[in-house]
Amino acid sequence: MRYNERELLSLARQPAEKAAEIRMSVPKKGSVLKKRLVKLVVNFLFYFRTDEAEPIGALLLEHCRITKEEENVFSISFIEEPERKYCFECATEEQCQEWVEALKRASYEFLRRSLIFYRNEIQKMTGKDPLEQYGISEEARFQLGTPRQ
Amino acid sequence: MKLNERSLAFYATCDSPADNAGFLYKRGERHTAYHRRWFVLKGNMLFYFEERESREPVGVIVLEGCNVELCDSAEDFAFAIRFGGTKSRTYVLAAESQAAMESWVKSLSRASFDYMRLVVRELEKQLQEMRWGLAGGCGGSRESPGAWKPKLLGLEQSRERLPALPAVLPKENGCAVWNNVLGVDQAPDTSGCGGHDDEGNPRPPPLPPRRRVSNGEAASAGAAGVEGPSAFCRLHEQYSREMARLRQDWQQRRRGPRP
Repeated sequence: MRYNERELLSLARQPAEKAAEIRMSVPKKGSVLKKRLVKLVVNFLFYFRTDEAEPIGALLLEHCRITKEEENVFSISFIEEPERKYCFECATEEQCQEWVEALKRASYEFLRRSLIFYRNEIQKMTGKDPLEQYGISEEARFQLGTPRQ
Repeated sequence: MKLNERSLAFYATCDSPADNAGFLYKRGERHTAYHRRWFVLKGNMLFYFEERESREPVGVIVLEGCNVELCDSAEDFAFAIRFGGTKSRTYVLAAESQAAMESWVKSLSRASFDYMRLVVRELEKQLQEMRWGLAGGCGGSRESPGAWKPKLLGLEQSRERLPALPAVLPKENGCAVWNNVLGVDQAPDTSGCGGHDDEGNPRPPPLPPRRRVSNGEAASAGAAGVEGPSAFCRLHEQYSREMARLRQDWQQRRRGPRP
């Protein structure tokens, strides 16, 4: 699949929501945990060799499952291939929990659900659609249950 | 750089809602010929397929940080997706009608994660302020929601790096505060708050039963907006009027039916 790599690399250089050196393994046979610089930017998780400027790879965090595994460890897998896990071993349990929470909220689809929820709540309390003042109330992305086209 | 392409392809073709979809002509990178492709916009990812029925996208354009502009082209209804870097490619696309072009420009302009996050934070803040106002608690001083308007109205993508999401999420916030809202029945069992959907992402809590503010007067008072303390006063007055009316009804019923 073609993609605009230059822009993705540029995104990887942006200030991150979260970044840390974490030991990580990829779902490949014989893969071992290796120290990586892991960086969360919007809905992408970039991972770098600790001394390199360009990431080895990027994970788009949509339709993924973040699972707390054993102590200090969490994993990321994607719903179409739940057995293929990217594993992350943190320095502390606290760091692990922070990453799990941050990653669970790091998808566009999660934001969309949150927005629909808040919009509904505000509408119920005030009788008014809070998106109207921004002129975006008809936008497809903000509707509940937008049909697939 | 590796990318989880299989997951991307799944995201493109699964039945999660598309923010826009349709045929567009895409100008090639090296040659200026246009190719008709089926485009699907989901979140900040613009996928394109050779055919509408194709099982996998040919490619994807990551839209984060882009600008969408109309452009001069021999082709009718053309627009461009531009990025900031010096060597970055500009994607020139053309729609099949004026309406389609406008629809695409609109949805692509608002397609960034950053933009969605801005809107969510704004609504979250509004909701918190409303709930704190109703509970009679101190709302704290915050800038008026009106200050957000210029950013949201602009067509350009916001390049601002915002701090991480606050710790107060729908599932944590809603459960505690609902109990304080005037006149509302007790929120349902909060076990739903901890619920997660199939993907392991936290689910917003179930919507609690709400007392309906049925009279038109109340609805129009609410419609005046929720900025600042005046909104609280309006809501407060609206509820107290209704309380007074209900109390009067109750007292009349106690006295017995009039002849």
